[in-house]
Amino acid sequence: MTTRPAYSQESPFKIHGGCGLMGICDETGRRFSGSVALESMAVLHERGNGLGGGFAGYGIYPEFPDHFAFHMMYHDTKGKEEAEAVFDEYFEVDLAEPMPTRVVKGITGAPLLWRYFLRPYTHKVESAEMTPEDYVVHVVMLINSTIDGAFVASSGKNMGAFKGVGYPEEIGHYFLLDEYEGHTWVGHNRFPTNTPGWWGGAHPFTLLDWSIVHNGEISSYGINSRYLEQFGYKCTLGTDTEVAAYLFDLLLRRHRLPLSLACKALASPLWSEIDRMPEEQRELMTTLRAVYGPAMLNGPFAIVLGFNGGMVALNDRIKLRPLVAARKGDVLMVASEESAIREVMPDPDSLWAPKAGEPVVARIKGMDWPIHGDLHLAPSEISCAVTGVEDSCDTVEVS
Amino acid sequence: MATTFIQPEFKVEIDYDKCHKCGRCVQQCGWGVYDFNGRPIPDDSKCRACHRCVTFCPAHCITIKRNELVFRDSENWSPSLRKAVWQQSESGGVMLTSMGNDKPYQRIFDHLVLDACQVTNPSIDPLREPMELRTFIGCKPDKVEVEPNDEGGFRLKSGTGMENNIELATPLMFGGMSYGSVSLNVHKSLAMAASRLGITMNTGEGGLHADLYPYTDNVIVQCASGRFGVSADYLNRGVAIEIKVGQGAKPGIGGHLPGEKINREVSTTRMIPQGTDALSPAPHHDIYSIADLRQLIYSLKVASGNKPVGVKIAAVHNVAAIASGIVRAGADYVYLDGFKGGTGAAPQVIRDHVGIPIEIAIAVVDQRLRDEGIRNRASIIAAGSIRSSADMAKAIALGADAVAIGSAALIALGCHVCQSCHTGCCSWGITTQKPELTRRIDPEWGAERLVNLVNAWSHELQEILGALGVNAVESLRGSRERLRSLGLDEQTSQILGVKAAGL
Repeated sequence: MTTRPAYSQESPFKIHGGCGLMGICDETGRRFSGSVALESMAVLHERGNGLGGGFAGYGIYPEFPDHFAFHMMYHDTKGKEEAEAVFDEYFEVDLAEPMPTRVVKGITGAPLLWRYFLRPYTHKVESAEMTPEDYVVHVVMLINSTIDGAFVASSGKNMGAFKGVGYPEEIGHYFLLDEYEGHTWVGHNRFPTNTPGWWGGAHPFTLLDWSIVHNGEISSYGINSRYLEQFGYKCTLGTDTEVAAYLFDLLLRRHRLPLSLACKALASPLWSEIDRMPEEQRELMTTLRAVYGPAMLNGPFAIVLGFNGGMVALNDRIKLRPLVAARKGDVLMVASEESAIREVMPDPDSLWAPKAGEPVVARIKGMDWPIHGDLHLAPSEISCAVTGVEDSCDTVEVS
Repeated sequence: MATTFIQPEFKVEIDYDKCHKCGRCVQQCGWGVYDFNGRPIPDDSKCRACHRCVTFCPAHCITIKRNELVFRDSENWSPSLRKAVWQQSESGGVMLTSMGNDKPYQRIFDHLVLDACQVTNPSIDPLREPMELRTFIGCKPDKVEVEPNDEGGFRLKSGTGMENNIELATPLMFGGMSYGSVSLNVHKSLAMAASRLGITMNTGEGGLHADLYPYTDNVIVQCASGRFGVSADYLNRGVAIEIKVGQGAKPGIGGHLPGEKINREVSTTRMIPQGTDALSPAPHHDIYSIADLRQLIYSLKVASGNKPVGVKIAAVHNVAAIASGIVRAGADYVYLDGFKGGTGAAPQVIRDHVGIPIEIAIAVVDQRLRDEGIRNRASIIAAGSIRSSADMAKAIALGADAVAIGSAALIALGCHVCQSCHTGCCSWGITTQKPELTRRIDPEWGAERLVNLVNAWSHELQEILGALGVNAVESLRGSRERLRSLGLDEQTSQILGVKAAGL
């Protein structure tokens, strides 16, 4: 089962599940092997059920730092041909190659996996009056929603997503993760309680250079998705991860909230805590809660958001899902379990359980922040690009 | 010829073997049912089945039974319809009644069931974990804007932030019931309870008695079509002002408080002469369009130093469009009153046949405001027969910010739903101005019962939230995904935005 349209049908009902995750970032920007992420996730084997594993690595393509790296999944050669025709129309294709993989026991039914290093045609970007990022999202959306049998797994600069159906260590071996070097890695092991069996459905979810991995179940999904719909987002997949991704997009990019406050809006402090704050803070937090009450992610979750400038890990407001953090020198690591950290960082300088709702932030020195704040996209375009569900392209922005 | 064809509805039976002959029933009955001649002699035709005598009989020897007179069967001409024809052919008048619609319409709340967590996400124990109910009623901006402060953090950007909001400790208010329709002691009970609970009571359209001034931080003052008791001072005393356009029990109908109820105190509070009828016109005579409403909203804001102004309407067919207009006219909240809402007096034909259920109204208004991207601009208050914490939770899940209760609060004070408020003879001392009856409610006692009721419902709401795996009421608000319908037709489910159980 590898067909793309299944993405929209993957979860006609909401996916329930638990998961394992990790994230690691060297704040100096030093690059290290993806085997670190792989070994760490292997320890979390029991947190998945073999129905989805994946990674995203940043800084992995130093030879193409300014190209948009497209990781593609094709159902068949027809899908590949159609997608490549789109690439040819919109981009200078500097390299197109099959994704390097090795045979791994347990991994079967892989789609055709290709990667492309692309530069948007400058004159086309200009005549479209778009930024290059908007232009890329437009193409992602076009492919995901209109080409049957093609799906964009990732589309950012100097990064890539490696994901599929299997345990993460199997997927990592399959994609030769040990042969890549990156400064930031996130990993995910999935335990869905339905049977999707589609490669694109694994985490991380990505768009441009952000990726999101998520362990948990958002019990407030119903109101979160209705809230997002008000701003034009279409929550079509029925996954919690989707609403988390859009909420970050809404708060960071469209409402321009600082990351620390966006995290406070999504995992709000308790009123008892807010009432004890100094007046200026109390006023801010009260307003934040009253305004973003429908955006609050309630229920058990741990999220890692990766991007080219670092990563952010966030726990729910009463810490119902595990998240452990550790630091060794300039390297910051988070994972669902301490064992996954000790496996690759046996002797950390400090190791702690982040408090409920307190974000753990790693920032790479000298890199931009926050992520792609200059996009000029409608939320429905974001929805469509991420999920590839056609009808989300037809929505009209209401606000 | 018989003076009336109508036979008593109830039979009062006294077990004279047990009767103490103490005469307490004679004293307690506000309807004059009992005569006393060595022992109490009941006149069945006056009984309203309010159980005041039953409750206070020291011998427990009184039983009220239905007068089961058998009529020749006719599904079409029910006994109550026959009685109505007789009554009207005797009197030639509009039939009056009170409380809410008692006809057997479908109760949608009873066809909605709530979700709970099992395995994949944990439920939360409200006895051990925080479970937050705090609610803000009023206009909120679409986004929060901040600027750096001196300590490397952020503060609200100056000139931005929330407008004045009403802060509620639990998503519940007491709905508007006027002094005049209910007694001053009832008003005091409501105000004291609201103050202790951190919620609000609502004056209704009868003005604000000076005895309530200590509690005005928890009072919403109403401005209705009769403008009774409205002055600059009145508008400035409450936490918010409510323009009452309509009421669920009698949409499109004004009010009539008979002169007998206008004693000196009521007269002072309402600012009308003693003994005159208090007539509330059907429309506001300064609101003949939505534009007029906007002017009134802003006039009230100006007059009150920018207090939140809400608008109360009855749930009628086109409620979504009306509510949208109200929000665009600048209202801080829309109070929707469903067709089962109560009243102190209404024509029966209106009470029983006009308006739509509150469940439908919440669903369509919430969705409409979201579709138009203006949901943040105003809160939705749902009323019109919120009978339990379950109704409250379901109303909130459908999209209400908070609910308001009137009948439930009066029932807490002793009301037995005998539907005779309009007579002014309430034996429980609630909807009467007769001093010998009103003194039956001690405000301190009343406040305690109301506090107990609201606290109990709040605890139950916390249990529901905990079972749903969320620890703040804002995560239930509008989360229709947590509701399923049982036995509703497909179109109603669709309108409610709720899936059928099993989906």
